[in-house]
Amino acid sequence: MKYVDEFRDGMLAKGIAATIAAEVQPDRRYHVMEFCGGHTHAISRYGIEDLLPASVRLVHGPGCPVCVLPVGRIDAAIALARQPGVILCTYGDLLRVPGSKRTSLLKAKAEGADVRMVWSTLDALKIAQDNPGREVIFFAIGFETTTPPTAVALKQAQALDLRNFSIVCNHVLTPSAIQNILESPEVRELGTVPLDAFIGPAHVSTVIGSAPYEYFAEEYRKPVVIAGFEPLDVMQALLMLVRQINEGRFGVENQFARAVTRQGNEKAKALVAEVFELRKTFEWRGLGMVPYSALRIKAEFAAWDAEKRFDVPDVSVPDVKSCACGAILRGVKKPTDCKLFGTACTPETPMGSCMVSAEGACAAHWTYGRFRETKTA
Amino acid sequence: MCLALPALVTDILPDAMATVDLGGVRKEVSLALVEDVEPGDYVIVHVGYALSKLDPEEAARTLALFAEMAAAGDAT
Amino acid sequence: MTLDLKNGRIDMSHGAGGRAMQQLVEQLFIKAFDNPMLRQANDQAMFDAPAGRMVMSTDSYVISPLFFPGGDIGSLAVHGTINDVAMAGARPLYLSAGFIIEEGFPLADLSRIVASMAAASREAGVPVVTGDTKVVERGKGDGVFINTAGVGVVPDGVTVSGDRARPGDVVLISGTMGDHGVAVMSQRESLGFETTILSDSAALHTLVAALVAAVPGVRVLRDPTRGGLAATLNEITHQSKAGIVLNEAAIPVREAVRGACELLGLDPLYVANEGKMIAIVPPEDAAAALAALRGHPLGSEAAIIGTVIADDHCFVQMDTSFGGRRVVDWLAGDQLPRIC
Repeated sequence: MKYVDEFRDGMLAKGIAATIAAEVQPDRRYHVMEFCGGHTHAISRYGIEDLLPASVRLVHGPGCPVCVLPVGRIDAAIALARQPGVILCTYGDLLRVPGSKRTSLLKAKAEGADVRMVWSTLDALKIAQDNPGREVIFFAIGFETTTPPTAVALKQAQALDLRNFSIVCNHVLTPSAIQNILESPEVRELGTVPLDAFIGPAHVSTVIGSAPYEYFAEEYRKPVVIAGFEPLDVMQALLMLVRQINEGRFGVENQFARAVTRQGNEKAKALVAEVFELRKTFEWRGLGMVPYSALRIKAEFAAWDAEKRFDVPDVSVPDVKSCACGAILRGVKKPTDCKLFGTACTPETPMGSCMVSAEGACAAHWTYGRFRETKTA
Repeated sequence: MCLALPALVTDILPDAMATVDLGGVRKEVSLALVEDVEPGDYVIVHVGYALSKLDPEEAARTLALFAEMAAAGDAT
Repeated sequence: MTLDLKNGRIDMSHGAGGRAMQQLVEQLFIKAFDNPMLRQANDQAMFDAPAGRMVMSTDSYVISPLFFPGGDIGSLAVHGTINDVAMAGARPLYLSAGFIIEEGFPLADLSRIVASMAAASREAGVPVVTGDTKVVERGKGDGVFINTAGVGVVPDGVTVSGDRARPGDVVLISGTMGDHGVAVMSQRESLGFETTILSDSAALHTLVAALVAAVPGVRVLRDPTRGGLAATLNEITHQSKAGIVLNEAAIPVREAVRGACELLGLDPLYVANEGKMIAIVPPEDAAAALAALRGHPLGSEAAIIGTVIADDHCFVQMDTSFGGRRVVDWLAGDQLPRIC
């Protein structure tokens, strides 16, 4: 596959790994947070950590929209799905996420709720058109990559005057999350979490461009390199970050130049601005309430806003006390530092956000990396 | 985030849609979020929508850079 | 009175045990499967017990859609059960077929399925000797469900079982991974895509026979159906209380299957196959095993893909083509297409 296979070449990987090993300075540490579920996945799936020197440590940040979706919102989705006549559509990622009381959308489906997995908002619109007598609700999640498709669906619903289609909007914003991490006491004041640099998300950046990260690089003096999410992209970005750190620079560099520009996708951004506005605050699982970090549907599109048309319960459900997700999402702890990891908390019985989706730090470590802990055995 | 793949645009369809090909598999996606896309272009596809066009020159540059970086390791 | 196979539909009388059911059985099932035992029209089939160890297996088929590129629920029902018997190293002898049909199901579709089953059975040389028909009310069945059971006999000197893999053994696969799952998924409405990929549904008993003849000491045979290669290898490591290390670059996957999996966010290692098998053999027999598989039409793309190691954790690990190592985990349920 063109533009995919060339970016996965094992020989080049070895070469870049050797260069990284040669350029890291012996008395320096390089703690890099990657902020994108796609990156977490690539790092685990290709075993990239095996190729890096010990002083380069990868920290998995809250880049997975499924992981940061609060339990209360899952409960709300299930409650909506259970209402008579409703067809609840959502992406596959969400179906097995447990709500409180050990339910999930998949289990609700088994009990008779009409829950349908869709690959695209276009499918959800079609279901609404094909089922005029039913209420079709699309449960939207995702960062800025996934938001424009929801915006298009809203505009289409308006153009078609679809009366039986509405959206629950849970779209969240990347810069707010990065800010939240950088502002957390451990990082800013205490310096206990050494976070030296960021790998910027790949596809979020095709939409928002590289410009929004410039503020972070300057204000917090940490370099950012936007990386494509093929494994060679990640390796190259790491080398670029090592070089910036060595030279004491803290700028924004774009490794994913084949798809990302400084301004991003103006058409997509304009569409999003047309239908969505900022929520004052929004709950992120593991991080708590984060100001100006999420979107809601504008008043003129209220007819397609499920939160206005239906009674969507708004309950905050706290995580189990020993759950270390909040700390793990901020890079303060590792999955293996959590008391529940591997015992009470596994991908089958996830207790917190980091285990819930394949991209969460704990799930990725469990699925791909836990053999390393026992390798010496 | 986000699972998105570069795919080859093979046909432009009505209503801002297109057929893309990824390794021989063909699927219809929406072009509502991009402009000036023609058959032969590569686009990044996410949840059924093309999000951006892939710049072949930049891609070539990146690949060349990989080779350079890999060689730098051998040189030291 | 002849059945209207073109426009007729199944109704409750076809399952009631009376003349309507008799007509259905005679004009459709017996006519298609046609063999002496079936023609006796008893409630059971009688045959002499073969000498040696017998194996018996059963499977139920509930696949949707019923028809997919490269096969249908009928051919799948024949191949699948023949394969389960063959995976013991056995020669399959006879099959049974039970049908649970939904009221209203078109006879044209049923004939098509039965014709496909009959063709698969004849081609494999394994007759359907007894069967059963039931009809359930509209809404209580997904068109048609089929159960097939099979019996076979294991040649002397062959002991194949999932708990026999030993450190040092070599793991082989008979061909490309993920074809069946992708072919079926391409027909699913919400995921529909165009592809030339066909299901690999096939009867593997002659491939097994070729392998067993060349390597009678084969330790494990299993076909990676639901859950794919990953699930099946994990089953084996846990049964054998050992580990496996795979070489990703050696695992054959068609380009189009990789493309479809990339598009949907799936890993080909977890996608179902219906015409492939895993073979684990002692290291000194690896070359002979590979040659035997490759010499058979169904094994032309066979490959050595890994080794069995000692491992208390029973992990299936993989050296990625990128250079790192990862675990190939045992998933709890089906892999779901993902967006992130």
